[in-house]
Amino acid sequence: MNPFSSGTCLRDMIRAIRACKTSAEERAVVRKECAAIRASINEDDQDYRHRNLAKLMFIQMLGYPTHFGQMECLKLIASAGFPEKRIGYLGLMLLLDERQEVLMLVTNSLKQDLNHSNQYIVGLALCALGNICSAEMARDLAPEVERLLQFRDPNIRKKAALCSIRIIKKVPALAENFINCAASLLKEKHHGVLITGVQLCADLCKVSSEALEYFRKKCTEGLVRTLRDIVNSPYSPEYDISGITDPYLHIRLLKLLRILGQGDADASDRMTDILAQVATKTESNKNAGNAILYECVETIMSIEDDGGLRVLAINILGKFLSNRDNNIRYVALNMLMRATTLDAQAVQRHRATILDCVKDSDASIRKRALDLLYLLVNDNNVKPLIKELIEYLEVSDQEFKGDLTAKICSLVEKFSSEKIWYIDQMLKVLSEAGNFVKDEVWHALIVVISNASDLHGYTVRALYRAFLTSTEQETLVRVAVWCIGEYGDMLVNNVGMLDIEDPITVTECDAVDAVEVAIKRHTSDLTTKAMALIALLKLSSRFPSYSERIKDIIVQNKGNVVLELQQRSIEFNRILQKHPKFRSALVERMPVLDEATFSGRRAGSLPTAISTSSGAPSNLPNGIAKPATAPIPDLLDLSSDDVPAPSSSGGDFLQDLLGVDLSPTPAPSGADMPPKASTDVLLDLLSIGMPLPVQTGLSASDILSSSQDDKAPFVNFNGLASLSSLSANATSPANAAPMMDLLDGRGPGPQKSEENGQAYPSLVAYESSSLRVMFNFSKQRGSPQTTLIQATFTNLSSNVYNDFLFQAAVPKFLQLHLDPASSNTLPASGDGSITQNLKVTNSQHGKKSLVMRVRIAYKTNNKDVLEERQINNFPQNL
Amino acid sequence: MIHFVLLISRQGKVRLTKWYSAYSQKERTKVIRELSGLILTRGPKLCNFVEWRGLRVVYKRYASLYFCMCIDEDDNELEILEIIHHYVEVLDRYFGSVCELDLIYNFHKAYFILDELLIAGELQEPSKRTVARLVAAQDSLVETAKEQTSSITNIIAQAAK
Repeated sequence: MNPFSSGTCLRDMIRAIRACKTSAEERAVVRKECAAIRASINEDDQDYRHRNLAKLMFIQMLGYPTHFGQMECLKLIASAGFPEKRIGYLGLMLLLDERQEVLMLVTNSLKQDLNHSNQYIVGLALCALGNICSAEMARDLAPEVERLLQFRDPNIRKKAALCSIRIIKKVPALAENFINCAASLLKEKHHGVLITGVQLCADLCKVSSEALEYFRKKCTEGLVRTLRDIVNSPYSPEYDISGITDPYLHIRLLKLLRILGQGDADASDRMTDILAQVATKTESNKNAGNAILYECVETIMSIEDDGGLRVLAINILGKFLSNRDNNIRYVALNMLMRATTLDAQAVQRHRATILDCVKDSDASIRKRALDLLYLLVNDNNVKPLIKELIEYLEVSDQEFKGDLTAKICSLVEKFSSEKIWYIDQMLKVLSEAGNFVKDEVWHALIVVISNASDLHGYTVRALYRAFLTSTEQETLVRVAVWCIGEYGDMLVNNVGMLDIEDPITVTECDAVDAVEVAIKRHTSDLTTKAMALIALLKLSSRFPSYSERIKDIIVQNKGNVVLELQQRSIEFNRILQKHPKFRSALVERMPVLDEATFSGRRAGSLPTAISTSSGAPSNLPNGIAKPATAPIPDLLDLSSDDVPAPSSSGGDFLQDLLGVDLSPTPAPSGADMPPKASTDVLLDLLSIGMPLPVQTGLSASDILSSSQDDKAPFVNFNGLASLSSLSANATSPANAAPMMDLLDGRGPGPQKSEENGQAYPSLVAYESSSLRVMFNFSKQRGSPQTTLIQATFTNLSSNVYNDFLFQAAVPKFLQLHLDPASSNTLPASGDGSITQNLKVTNSQHGKKSLVMRVRIAYKTNNKDVLEERQINNFPQNL
Repeated sequence: MIHFVLLISRQGKVRLTKWYSAYSQKERTKVIRELSGLILTRGPKLCNFVEWRGLRVVYKRYASLYFCMCIDEDDNELEILEIIHHYVEVLDRYFGSVCELDLIYNFHKAYFILDELLIAGELQEPSKRTVARLVAAQDSLVETAKEQTSSITNIIAQAAK
C-alpha cells in the first residue's frame, strides 16, 4: 500500500489543522496534505479516493486551491457504489462551478444516474444537476428531469421540480415542456412536492407568458382552494411552526397568486376573499406569522384591487412600522416604499415614524428609511423635513453622511422654490458635511448664486461667516473662496443687506486674510488652491490698496511643486506687475452663468450653443473680456472628458479677440489641419515661456484642463498679455501654418505642403454601409519615415453618431501618434464629417509598408456600435 | 432565490459555503471576506438584514456561528429567517444539540442535510422529519456498503491465510 495515501484520516487532518497556532503552520500542514493527496491521485488509488476528496473539500473551505481534485470527483461519480457517488457529487458541487469545462464531462454520468434503479442515487444526481447545471447540460438532460416529475416517490418528484426551475432559468425556451407536469404537481398532497411545484409554476410564469396564461386560467381556482385548506387546517405537528401549518407553503402560494393576479382583474377578484382572510386571521406575534403577513401585503399591493384590501394592507404595515422588532420595521419600510406608488397619502401618515427610522442606530434601517423618506418629500413638507435631516446630519455616523448628504442636496435642489432658501440650506450642508458633497452639486450652487444677483452680498457674507467657523469642509472653502473673489467688494461694504441678516464688519484685510487661509491650509487640495489664487487676483483689483500684499501671497507659490499652481502664480504675478492697465477689465465680475447650459451639461449632453455666441465680438482689441460669453460656461466644467468643446470654444473666442483669421489655411488636403487643431495651436502659443512639458498632440488646453479646466479660460485670458507681444514679433497672425509647426516640434520654418501631399493618392481605408473612412497622406520633407495621415469620417446612415471614437493600432515597427478628433459627434447622411490627424513613423521605411488595425466605436439610437478592420492597402513606400 | 449559504464563525472562519449562483473561486473568496466584515461587526440588537451589492443578506447568529443566506431584493426576508431556523433545527436533531465542532468534523454531513433542504436556491422540504428520515436512509446505505466491503476484505484475508 502506498505510504502516502495511507496517511491520516479526515478527522486527523482536521484536528492537525485546528491545532495550528499560526497561519504559516496551517499552510505547512495543508501543503503536506495536498502533496499526499496529489501523490495518491497520481497512483490512481481507489480505496482512498473518497477520503482524499473529503479532505480536499475541507481544504477548499479554508480557501486553498484544490483544482487538481476536480477529476477525482468525476471518477467517484462514475463508480458504482452509493457512498462514492455521494461524496463525488458533493465534491462536484463544492469544487466546481458551472463555468468550468470539466463539468461537461459529467453529463453522461448524470444521465445514467438519473435513470438509476436506486432512488437515492437519482436524488443525488438531481440535486447536483439542480445546483450547478449549465445551459448545455440543461438542454441535454431536460427530458430525464421531465420524466422524473412523474416518478413514484414524492421525494424524487420534489427534487425534479426544483431541478426544472434551474433548467428553465438556464434555457427559458424549454419552459413549455414543463407547463403540464408543473400544473399536475399543484394537485399533490405531499407538502414537499406541493411547495416545489408551486415554486416551479411561479418561475415558469416569469420566463413564459404562455405558462402565465395557462396557470391563470386553469389553476387560480385550485390554488385559492389549496391556500384556504392550509389556512384552515387543524394542527399538524409535522408542519407546524409556531402555531401555523407550513408557513413556507402559505408564502409560496401567496407569491404565485400575486403573479397570477397581477394585471388580471378577474383572477385578482377570485383571490380577494382568501387574501382578506389571511390578512386578518394570521397571528402576528411570531416571525412565521409576520412572514406570511408580509407576503400577503405584497400580494395585495400587486394585484388589481378595488382598494378595500389595500387599506387593510397599509394598516398592517403601519402596525409593522411601530413594532419593536427591527426586522419587522425593516420589512415595513421596504414595503412602504413599494406602496408609495399606490397610495402616497396613506404612507405620508407615517412620515414622522419614518423620520425617526432615519435616525435609527441600525444602518440597514436608516438606509431603507432614508430612501423611503426621499420619495415622500413634496412641496408641502420639504421645509420641515429638510430642517430635520440637516439637524440630523450633524450627529449622524460618518459612513451614513455620504448617503444623507446626497439625498439632502438632491431634495433641496428639486424643491427649491426660493433661491434664498436653497442657498441657506446648501450652506448648512456645506458647513456640516461639505466633504461629502459631490462636485456637480457645489458647481450647481455656484451657478445659482451667480444668478441670484440680489443675494450676492448676503451669500458672500454668510459664506464668510461659515468659513470663519469651520475650514474643515473642502467644498465650503471652495465656494466661499469663489464668492469672496467675485463679490469681495460686497462683503466689505455690506452691499445688499437683508433684514434678516446680522450686521457684520469685514475689512478688506479680513477678506484677503480669509483667502490666504484657504491657500495656506495644508488640507487644501489643488483645486481649492487654484481657486484661491484666482480669488486673490480678483481681489487685487477690488481692493487696490492690498494689491502689494496679494502679490506677495501669489509670489509665494512661484516655486510650488505643483505645476498648475506654479504656472498660475507666475502668470498672475505678471499681470499684477506688468499690466495694471487692463487688470481690472480682466478680472471683472463673472457674467451670470447660464443655468440652462449648466444643467444641460450635467445631464450629459454637450451644449451646442457655446460656440454660437462667438460671432459678435469679432473685432475687439486685445484683452477686453467682457463680451466674450462663450468660454464662461466652461468655468464650472470640471469634467475633463468633454475637452473638445471648451477648447474649441476658447479657441473661437481667442480667434475673435485677436482678429486672427485662421480658417483659410493655405494648405491643401495634405497638411490641412482641422480648425480644432489650429485653435489648439493658439492655445499652445499662449503657454510659451512657461515650463510646460508640451508633448506633441496633447494640446495645451488639454494640459490646463486635465486637472481643473474650470479656470482654464482664465489662463487664456492672462495668457493674452504675453501673446500680444508674442504675436507681434513671431509671425504674422494671418499665417497659421508656421505656428503649427512651431508647436508640433517639427522644426521651424514655413514649408509649403503643396510640394508633398499629392504624391500619394487618398485611400478609402474603410467603408461599410454606415460609415466611410478616408485617409489622405502627406510627407514632411526631410523625414521620409514619417507619414501624416488625415482621416476623414463620413456617416452614410441616416442617424447621428454620438461618442464617436476612432482608435488605431500598429505593429511594432511602426510608431503611431493620434491627435484629438475634431468632434465626437458625426452628423447623419454625410452632412459633415469628423477629421482626425495621425502621424505614423515607419522604422522599416522602404522595406515594409504600413499596416494598421482600426476600431471605431460610436453610439447611434442609443446603441453602441463597434466596427473593426485591418487596413493593409496603404500605398507602397509610405 | 437564495444565491448562496454561508456559515461563518465569530472569528471569521468559514464553516460551510454553498453556492447556487455562479461565482468563480476568486469571487467566492471576495464575497466571504466582504460579508464577514459586514456581518460580524454588527451589534446584537440590530436587524438581521444587510444590503449588499443590490442583494440582501439575511443572517442569524446561533451560539458562535453566523448562518447567512443571500437573496434577491424582492424575496421574503422573514421567511429566510425561518428557513435558517429550519436548517438549524434539522442539524440539531441530527447531531443531538449541535455545536460548532460537530459541523467542523462532520462538515460533509452538514452539506448532505442542506442538500435535502435546498436545491437550486429554493426550499425543498418543509418537514423536519422527512429530511431527517431521508438523510438517515442514505447514511444507512453508506453503512451497509462499508460493512459489505469490510466483510469482503475479511473473506479475502481469510482465504489468503
